[in-house]
Amino acid sequence: MNIVPRASHWDELIRPDRVHGSLYNDPAIFEAELQNIWYRTWVYVGHESEVPNASDYVAKSIGPQSIIMTRDEQGKINLLLNRCSHRGNQVCSYDRGNARSFTCPFHSWTFANDGRLVGYAFPDGYEGTDKAGLGLGHVTRVQSYRGFVFGSFAAEGPSLREHLGGAAETIDRLVRTSPEGEVEVTAGFLKHRVKANWKFILENECDGYHPAFVHSSIFGVADSAIGTLYGGKSTAITRDYGNGHTEIDLRPEFRKRDQPLSWFGTNEARLPDYTSRMKAAYGNEQAREIMVDGTPHVMIFPNLFIAEIQMFVIQPLASDDSVQHVTALQFKGAPDMNRRLRQQTMGSVGPAGLLLADDSEMYERCHRGVLARNPEWIFLGRGERREGSDAAGFKIGHVTDEVPSRGIWRHYRSLMEAR
Amino acid sequence: MLSRESSATLMSAVSAFLYMEARFQDEHQYEAWEALWTDDGIYWVPANGADIDPEKEMSIIYDNRSRISLRIKQLLTGKRHTQTPQSRLRRIVSNIELMGEHNGDIAVASNSMMFESSLRDDTIWAARNEYRLRYIDGELRMAYKKVTLVNNEKALFTLSFLI
Repeated sequence: MNIVPRASHWDELIRPDRVHGSLYNDPAIFEAELQNIWYRTWVYVGHESEVPNASDYVAKSIGPQSIIMTRDEQGKINLLLNRCSHRGNQVCSYDRGNARSFTCPFHSWTFANDGRLVGYAFPDGYEGTDKAGLGLGHVTRVQSYRGFVFGSFAAEGPSLREHLGGAAETIDRLVRTSPEGEVEVTAGFLKHRVKANWKFILENECDGYHPAFVHSSIFGVADSAIGTLYGGKSTAITRDYGNGHTEIDLRPEFRKRDQPLSWFGTNEARLPDYTSRMKAAYGNEQAREIMVDGTPHVMIFPNLFIAEIQMFVIQPLASDDSVQHVTALQFKGAPDMNRRLRQQTMGSVGPAGLLLADDSEMYERCHRGVLARNPEWIFLGRGERREGSDAAGFKIGHVTDEVPSRGIWRHYRSLMEAR
Repeated sequence: MLSRESSATLMSAVSAFLYMEARFQDEHQYEAWEALWTDDGIYWVPANGADIDPEKEMSIIYDNRSRISLRIKQLLTGKRHTQTPQSRLRRIVSNIELMGEHNGDIAVASNSMMFESSLRDDTIWAARNEYRLRYIDGELRMAYKKVTLVNNEKALFTLSFLI
């Protein structure tokens, strides 16, 4: 089966309740995704707290592109492409550091940390050459939302705020879990590679149908209350914010429990320092409300997944090769909570994680599975007839319904059809 | 400092212990492997180098004794999908050295190379291992095992067998 020649007819591959298996494993489609999604729309790159001081830098990526995120002398964040403007050599070979400039080891061309070419060896050979046109490449647009830095290679298009749309509110909800209103990304990343298409990861993040089965081995032995959140009787909901952003909103279940920090499997008595700082920051009533509701479970299209206590960044490398970068979220001004966030995250995620190793096994088996010729389609019709909408007009469904997948594919199709 | 004779005896006992541990891991003898731990055991597989602070930065595994137990219980359910079917494994343990003493425990180091065959593919893993061993009721037990994978700065495939 080879449908590549017809791949521009996206409506033949993407229907309201099903998508074609080739979307996950056709290398030509992957190339088209790089052009129409990864090198066009807003993609999460890094967090401002990863480069707190002037001249700090950290190695990041947009898909297969190697990006250097720097904070320059003026304090501005830059997303530079790791490619010398002379012969293409990579100018940065370290994961992080502090550098006012990057010197290419090949012919000693030197670039300031805002990308400007500031010098080259034996300059007399370049008489008449204008340095201004020979800087490092930039990600065309760079914008931040509450410390989260996104990049877009498109010179024009929606602003980041427009792209985030209704999902921006989930990030607001996240940062207010800190007594100082800020998230920090300071715990280092685990990098978990899977031989599977990136969209299996993307769709699974807000799939509330799988936990009871994929994670039964850990729910059964860990005395975990997570399982009931995803049960048939759960009042939690799935939500499609549009623009590909999707959420599992667990607040209805947490509000039923009405216990501060129950969302985090703990209570006020066990995190007394955090609790008192929250009350001091927000007042008793609002602090209690925040601590009952918990943090969001939201997938910001196409690559930023905030999973209550941790953050994943999805990086596609090829149609069958992806990396999940994952770290514990850290809340500014919450040391006792942060320790627990790291401990729980380390147990759950990464290559040996008690949860994510099993998800990743499903990604790889799905990837091999869709290579089978029949039945060709992935069926995403669960809950289609009981879809509703919330007060803001966003589509919602039962926690186990496939509202998120349908929303992701609706947006995907619009991006792939755009010229 | 141990005499030459007692050092050779200890080396022999330590080597036998490490080979036994490797066999329990390769053959998925989860309970037998768990029984090798002391009550205060720490099982650590760092990420991003050998000398990160596991209390501040993410590790691939940083299990205290109760989380070691949880990890084993999960494997024993038979529903740990990434190990159902189990990886087929064999490892070579080598370069065993006695590294002195650490708060009364016997410090030991070794290298290991592991071959894993799983549904995904065949994967080679290589590591530096650091142990703290202790005699309890005449038997050697592990109080600490640190496994520094040679490639732990890179993106790694799922690592769900006992390393």
